Amino acid sequence: MEALLHQIFSGLANGCIYGSVALALVMIYQSTHHINFAQGEMATFSTFIAWALIQSGWPYWGAFAATVAISFAAGVAIQRIILRPVEKAPVLTNVIVFIGLLVIFNSLAGWIFEHTIKSFPSPFPQDSALASVYFSAHDLGSAAVMLCVLGTLYAFFRFTKIGLGMRAAALNPESARLVGIRVSWMLALGWGLAAAIGAVAGMMVAPVVYLDPNMMSGILLYGFAAALLGGIDNPWGAVLGGFIVGVLENLLGAYVIGTELKLTVALVLIVGTLTLRPNGLFGKAVVARV
Amino acid sequence: MSELLEVRGLTAGYGATQVLNGIDFELAAGRITAILGANGAGKTTTLRALCQTVATAGSIVFDGQQLVGKATENVVRLGVAHVPDGRGTFGALSVEENLRLGAYVRRDKAGVASDIAHMYARFPRLKERRGQQAGTLSGGEQQMLAISRALMLRPKLLLLDEPSFGLAPLVVAEIFRILRQINEDDGVSILLVEQNARLALDLADRAYLLETGRVALSGPSDAIQRDEAVRRAYLGY
Repeated sequence: MEALLHQIFSGLANGCIYGSVALALVMIYQSTHHINFAQGEMATFSTFIAWALIQSGWPYWGAFAATVAISFAAGVAIQRIILRPVEKAPVLTNVIVFIGLLVIFNSLAGWIFEHTIKSFPSPFPQDSALASVYFSAHDLGSAAVMLCVLGTLYAFFRFTKIGLGMRAAALNPESARLVGIRVSWMLALGWGLAAAIGAVAGMMVAPVVYLDPNMMSGILLYGFAAALLGGIDNPWGAVLGGFIVGVLENLLGAYVIGTELKLTVALVLIVGTLTLRPNGLFGKAVVARV
Repeated sequence: MSELLEVRGLTAGYGATQVLNGIDFELAAGRITAILGANGAGKTTTLRALCQTVATAGSIVFDGQQLVGKATENVVRLGVAHVPDGRGTFGALSVEENLRLGAYVRRDKAGVASDIAHMYARFPRLKERRGQQAGTLSGGEQQMLAISRALMLRPKLLLLDEPSFGLAPLVVAEIFRILRQINEDDGVSILLVEQNARLALDLADRAYLLETGRVALSGPSDAIQRDEAVRRAYLGY
């Protein structure tokens, strides 16, 4: 029983990370209907920036805030400079651009920061009254950080004018232009937000899995599974999907298929969702008039 | 009367297909102008050309500014509100969010709030349904929302694409009554595209009749209405 609970709780902790990666994917999917394959590598690169800042003596939360800000700006810049020219291009062109970005960020991270595995500090104390045998203070802390991110995003989309404009641009770009919304900039903002969310996820996962240029490749796969399972157009579904994937992965890994085959869980979930329920658990079926 | 809009040699089309073959028309400030014509005559395309949502050439001078070549969102910012075919409301957003979006480019928060209250006074049904998703409204309510959404811009010019489309006659009469009110009370100039010629001519001061991308006929509405030959040939009543 003890062991089972342990597996579930650590699954929930992982689920937080998968959920935030899924959320970043959903952010971009909602407005562009593309999956950003470079999301993971962008997050890794952001985490390296945080690492470099901390190495040069910045306090943790200062480095955290600076990294989020830099990632946001970089996300906006990537959309404006690299993706805007292919906005109207076919899906395949965009996919190639995403793969290009993936390779570029992966190689840049290796080139600038080297491929040696680095430890990344956790901002949360090793021992705390709240921690227990089931989960560490870092698990709790990163869950809290992710909930803050979610809450902030919700408030942003629900209560601010720009948030409303972004939703309108994602729902119906044509009509959004007719009320004067600069739709292309809304896409750029979406990229900025996704990059910032990815950076937070990267900084939260790095203390657990250690930092190297390929840190996020497996996690992106779980995040992708989470987003699909929850419904690729539903932010809440993405987060819930994250928890489900996290727990499933741990339980199946511990009791059924063994830890070596854990990543298969993500792939099976992806294939399973796409064949049995393509809109995910909480996604909307798209009905189009033809 | 000064001209609010002057269109000269306007051509527009989709890809290789040209729909407007050089049309000229003007619109006096504070008036209601109608564009009539059969299906495929280019009525909707004319409105799209004014908003620059379709490839255009020629000249469109609105309030002293050339619109051809401008981005749609910048045309809107000059005070051109468009209620497109299909109404252009955001079905997944609430009624109130739709109204707030209509005022997206405005900076005067207090003015926006009072305008929303004003819309609710004009359309009490919208107030009842303020929190409801716009997609769940009836056709007439959606048209009222679309018009209110456009008015939230405080436009100088309101473009309407077939406001009568798919609505019951009673609802249509109500909407046309409100359009006249908007024109008279708020001084908004209106350019109306309609298939229902009789209705449009009753409302408009002036009308243009489009035929396969050209202006076939133009003049004051009452003159067109009186001319029996024109009515038979073009308007079918």
